[in-house]
Amino acid sequence: MKWLREVGWRYAVVLVVCAFALFPVLFVVSAAINPLGTLGSTGLIPEGASLKNFVDLLTGDHPFTKWFLNSVIIALISAFAGLLISVAAAYAFSRMRFRGRRVGLLSILLIQMFPQFLAIVAIFIVFTEVTELYPTFGFNKPWGLLVLYLGGALGVNTYLMKGYLDTVPKEIDESATMDGASHVQTFFRIILPLVGPVLAVTAMLSFIGTINEFLIANVFLRDTEAKTLAVGMYGMLTDKRDANFGMFAAATLLTAIPTVSLFLWLQKYIVSGLTAGAVKG
Amino acid sequence: MTTEVTGAGSASSPHPGSSGQAPEQRSRGGRRGDAEQVRRTREVSTGFIVSRIAVLGIVAALLIYALPPLIQTEAWTALGVVGVVTALVAYLYLTPRHIPAKYLVPGTIFLIAFAIVPIVLTFITAFTNFGDGHRGTKDEAIRAIETSSVTQVPGSPEYYLTIAESDGKMVFLLVDPATKAVQAGTADGLSPVAGADVSLTGKVLSAAGYTVIPTAQAAERDAEIAAFSVPTAGGAVKATGLSRAFEGKADKSYDAACDCVTSPSGGRWVADEVEGYFVDAEGKHLDQGWKVDVGFANFAKALTDPTISGHFLNVLIWNFVFALSAVATTFALGMIVALALHSPRVRGTKFYRIMLILPYAMPGFAMLLIWRDMFNTDFGLISKLFGVHDWLGTPTTARLGLIVINLWMGFPYMFLVITGALQAVPRELTDAARIDGASAWAGFRRVTLPLVLVALTPLLISSFGFNFNNFNNIKLVTNGGPYAIDNSTVGATDLLISYTYRVAGFDSGVADFGFAAAISVFIFAIVATVSTVAFWRSRAQEEVYS
Repeated sequence: MKWLREVGWRYAVVLVVCAFALFPVLFVVSAAINPLGTLGSTGLIPEGASLKNFVDLLTGDHPFTKWFLNSVIIALISAFAGLLISVAAAYAFSRMRFRGRRVGLLSILLIQMFPQFLAIVAIFIVFTEVTELYPTFGFNKPWGLLVLYLGGALGVNTYLMKGYLDTVPKEIDESATMDGASHVQTFFRIILPLVGPVLAVTAMLSFIGTINEFLIANVFLRDTEAKTLAVGMYGMLTDKRDANFGMFAAATLLTAIPTVSLFLWLQKYIVSGLTAGAVKG
Repeated sequence: MTTEVTGAGSASSPHPGSSGQAPEQRSRGGRRGDAEQVRRTREVSTGFIVSRIAVLGIVAALLIYALPPLIQTEAWTALGVVGVVTALVAYLYLTPRHIPAKYLVPGTIFLIAFAIVPIVLTFITAFTNFGDGHRGTKDEAIRAIETSSVTQVPGSPEYYLTIAESDGKMVFLLVDPATKAVQAGTADGLSPVAGADVSLTGKVLSAAGYTVIPTAQAAERDAEIAAFSVPTAGGAVKATGLSRAFEGKADKSYDAACDCVTSPSGGRWVADEVEGYFVDAEGKHLDQGWKVDVGFANFAKALTDPTISGHFLNVLIWNFVFALSAVATTFALGMIVALALHSPRVRGTKFYRIMLILPYAMPGFAMLLIWRDMFNTDFGLISKLFGVHDWLGTPTTARLGLIVINLWMGFPYMFLVITGALQAVPRELTDAARIDGASAWAGFRRVTLPLVLVALTPLLISSFGFNFNNFNNIKLVTNGGPYAIDNSTVGATDLLISYTYRVAGFDSGVADFGFAAAISVFIFAIVATVSTVAFWRSRAQEEVYS
């Protein structure tokens, strides 16, 4: 009885919430291996198992592999470049003292409150011009979307990164400087490796964020071939909602493979990655 | 500063050990001049030279890529900006000074170009009537009115038409039926073409500098061809079908004396600089207008226009309800599970944690669409389990559904951060509370919760900001619906951001960029006020000054 009151309720709560967390996932798996592949025929328990939906997806009319590549390339490069940009800025804010430092930090704090996509109308107008002048960075091109996403990099992550860098003792890079290391060497060889795991988590979260980005991408990418997963798969269900459902579920599972495995791999660093910048007590 | 200067050169110095020691030995001998000299020689090491050559190379490549289109279109302001920025960046990375700027500039350039400039432009656009019908300048509107009124009159010249391309732009190759002379018509006007190969039927087979588009491909672009016109004196050349063109007379023409558009049949449309339209005596305007400043009209429209303001207020209220309940529900559920697992006596926490964060790791956009279909009236899982009901077609259940879906997507994040915060709460505090006779609930309410809240306030504020603009959730699940019968622009679950998206006409319909930008400005103002007040009241400010 005492066990029930002190420990038993914990299991009960966790199991109920786990069920809530898992049933949509179960539904996707069931839909993906359902040979009929329609929404109407899908329940929580699959009625049969086949890879038909996966085969249809990869050989059908929708250029799923192209979308997948577009998404992964854009998300990878923007996560990597965005991280480099923001960690460099955070290094300056954390380690150097210069005029305008406090103003800079405050304005970044202010700017990060305004999500970039709120300016979607202006972005559309700007890129109508850019498409005329530089087609490589215009509509329907991954590079255009990429530089656009990088515009948000400094605002979103710098503040958090500065939080991590502040936790690295200053003595470490001071001693490196004494040993003759330049600021470039200190940055790349001393600081970056020390905050590595946290950087990996932030990069992963930004990767997932970019994969899920829909608003800007939907305005930006109109050609079927140029679409990202979010835009392309949305169109897939708009076309034939019921009939394409199995394929859509299969596509969801394939998209989940990279993100879920990254999550599991970096699991133990995630908590510190999310909170290190904010939690200081 | 000097250490950093010398260091910059030694990035790939072949003898890091010896060069690191040399200045120390010499300066110990009291010869400061020698040390200076060593530093100076190190400045021009291989690494220094290579990095500087790289800087110059990148600058040159950027200029070669960026400048020609600007010169071609005579965009001198843009050219000046690009030139000055490139020069400054080149200087910054060539000089050994201004080290903090070297780390800050890359992000700042992207931030200014793709975040701050769009925000400023949004504010400017909010004071104009920019949108469909008001896209360009007055001159462009006049030209559009004149060319679109071109009609074929008896006796106007006709041509054989071949569609071609030059530099990616469409060109009409026109063959005179009598003389077989070939002319090229572009958006700028007519020009003669020499040495073209013309078939017996008057088709141009090939012409130097032009790529002839095969008829089958041209047929796919018939809308573009029909809209294309080549301006000529007193009219324009337009296509009739894919192989014939005529030179017609403009029915309407602009008269600068009265600042109006007239037509021979007696029509008269006077320019209205306030509305940005040419208006006739009865108040009807021509389709093509131009962009004018409208002051606060867009903002006033949202607040006072009877067809909009009522819905706008509803959207605003629902927007707050959604954002607040999104934060509250995810925080509550995250807290409950985090507390449940926060005990050494629970086994298998690692396993449960993985199960619980799975919703966060799944691709969000796809899962939102899956949820939408689980709520489907006829086939959906929810209907199968809880009875058939038009879940997303009824305002109340649609709103509840969205909050449940958001709870599913958002609680793992809260669970993770609360777990982190709980681990940071010192055990002595909770133990002390228990020894003092506090019940488990009182201990949580008075000790744990306040500590966790203090630590997480910044994250809760940003979570509010995120959910206030949770476009994906609304767009992918309900698309703003259900809609009332008499109103197809605002739905019962629209957030301001999804409403903006629709008003801007990105999906379909008439684009009203000015009004859409005005709503964006409202969102800016709301988010800024709420976050500033919240930050100000929390202790987050202290971190800024640390």
